[in-house]
Amino acid sequence: MADPILSLRKVNKSFGPVHVLKDVNFNAYAGQVTALVGDNGAGKSTLIKCIAGIYTPESGEFVFEGKPVQISGPRDATELGIEIVYQDLALCDNLDIVHNMFLGREEKSGITLNESSMESLAKKTLDGLSVRTVKSIRQKVASLSGGQRQTVAIARAVLWNSKVVILDEPTAALGVAQTEQVLKLVKQLADNGLAVIVISHNLNDVFQVADNIAAMYLGSMAAQIDKNSVSQNDVVRLITTGSSESMSGGKK
Amino acid sequence: MSEQITLEKSLSDWWSRVKAGQVGALPAILGLLVLCIVFGSMSSVFLTSGNFANLLTQAAAVTVIAMGLIFVLLSGEIDLSAGYAAGVCGAILVVMITEMDYAWYIAFPVSVLSGVFLGGFIGYLVAQLKIPSFVVTLATFLAFQGLLLLIIGEGGTIRIEDPVILSIQNKNLTVVNSWLFFTLAAGAYLLTGFWKFYKRRRAGLIDNLFKFWLLKALVVVLIGAFATSTLTVERSNNPDLVSLRGIPYVVPVILFLLVGATFVLTRTSYGLHIYAVGGNAEAARRAGINVKLVRITAFMICSGFAAVAGMIFVSRANSISPTTGGSSTLLYAVGAAVIGGTSLFGGKGKVSDAILGGLVVAVIDNGMALLGYPAGIKFMVTGAVLLISATIDAVSRRGAVSN
Repeated sequence: MADPILSLRKVNKSFGPVHVLKDVNFNAYAGQVTALVGDNGAGKSTLIKCIAGIYTPESGEFVFEGKPVQISGPRDATELGIEIVYQDLALCDNLDIVHNMFLGREEKSGITLNESSMESLAKKTLDGLSVRTVKSIRQKVASLSGGQRQTVAIARAVLWNSKVVILDEPTAALGVAQTEQVLKLVKQLADNGLAVIVISHNLNDVFQVADNIAAMYLGSMAAQIDKNSVSQNDVVRLITTGSSESMSGGKK
Repeated sequence: MSEQITLEKSLSDWWSRVKAGQVGALPAILGLLVLCIVFGSMSSVFLTSGNFANLLTQAAAVTVIAMGLIFVLLSGEIDLSAGYAAGVCGAILVVMITEMDYAWYIAFPVSVLSGVFLGGFIGYLVAQLKIPSFVVTLATFLAFQGLLLLIIGEGGTIRIEDPVILSIQNKNLTVVNSWLFFTLAAGAYLLTGFWKFYKRRRAGLIDNLFKFWLLKALVVVLIGAFATSTLTVERSNNPDLVSLRGIPYVVPVILFLLVGATFVLTRTSYGLHIYAVGGNAEAARRAGINVKLVRITAFMICSGFAAVAGMIFVSRANSISPTTGGSSTLLYAVGAAVIGGTSLFGGKGKVSDAILGGLVVAVIDNGMALLGYPAGIKFMVTGAVLLISATIDAVSRRGAVSN
């Protein structure tokens, strides 16, 4: 397997007396989808917040594109090209798709907004993701379906030539058809050469899109393994017991 | 790429948006038409050139307060003290000119800066200390009323004789200048519109609303031309003694504020951030927008506009009194913004809403006074109109969500 674009070594994080992350190792690879699974409270969210610079771990090493880096704030993560798409989509209903995609980082000419340049770039990004479902990119986000909103949130994350995109439960609130649509988009991101990290509770989704699976159990990384070498039952066992025993046994 | 979209298509798009609850300024325009027809048929004075000029000067101060208020409403807050902020700033203006002998060009900027400072104070309490703006501005509503009394002092009312301040509401552009002003304004309006569509076309983007815009622009320009020609008619009872014709000075003042505020809201990133904060403050924060700063500056702009309205009040009354900016002023201003189509829930609205809404409020006030209705009925009708607008706002919001 190629060298990971992002690699975490022995990361520790505590909140007061609670040791949330214990010597966690984690890799993300360019052009691959890495699924991060684990039960509630296993430390998935804490881990991605450390990657995004929202939390600063007590100890541990970050290696990005082969070089050790320090991520001490969200801005550092953004500068490296790491973007997060949050579960409760951070979109403004009253703004159109273009303005949502550029919110906080608008293109300007002088003091005025450069609407044409923003619209062209937004269009190019959506086309690059093979998004055909939105009618007009000047429509308000309020008029979009859940899947379309997720699409806009993801497009917003890849607009900035980002290298790593983290998706927090991208399909949690979606129907069957829309889930399919978003999963296709996730695959497309990886095909475009990005490293994609997906947090999900839905193992069907995980097995559908992931190239490798990282399972967390009570704050430790139980295993990070190739999807093709495990069965769904193995992953369930990793999530619930943290043990990789009888993995070779496969399905009973 | 260059798919041509017809006028019928843009009209039907617009109609489907209206049906989906995005009614925008439509209720205000229809309401204004109905009111003008009703009052025009019932009163012989209502549709005269003199009353039209009178209407504009009556609407001016409330409209300007409403324009500032829209910044605060867009960011999802409310400012109940904007009326008395106008009173306080008007008092500062009058006291500086009459009692301290400053020139108007020093006193006026000082009064506007005082307004900005008052707004900054309110904004700080709301954004930094997270006190609901409703409560903060209810407190400052009382406090500003007290401040106004203290500034004016024991005398009660102070007259002002500065010719420049008085001319704003009492003098008119000459007929030639009126038409010159109309030509310049209409030309600038059309040119900026054409420029926008030209740039889009050059960038290879679909200009789907061009014909729709052109239709709207022509209607606006025609209304402007009609208003100008009405205002240039002689409206003095005794033309040999004093001639009274032309656009009142306050109209260019308001148009200037309208253009400036619209520019800030629609063409700058600050304007976009105000909409974002009102739409979803958490999303705005995550996008790296300084939400607190946006809120504080919205209140500063609001009170700054209130200061201009204070000057307009003073100019119309030729004096400042302890009730300037009081009684129904603020409610009329909120009413003007909401009637015009600005949402009380934040994130939706335009500065031009204030103009339409301000006209509706002034027409009700003016028309009912002409018909001799008592003040009690007038207040009840205005209240009902405000309630109807708020209902349209709430219902259209629910419609948009359920889609």
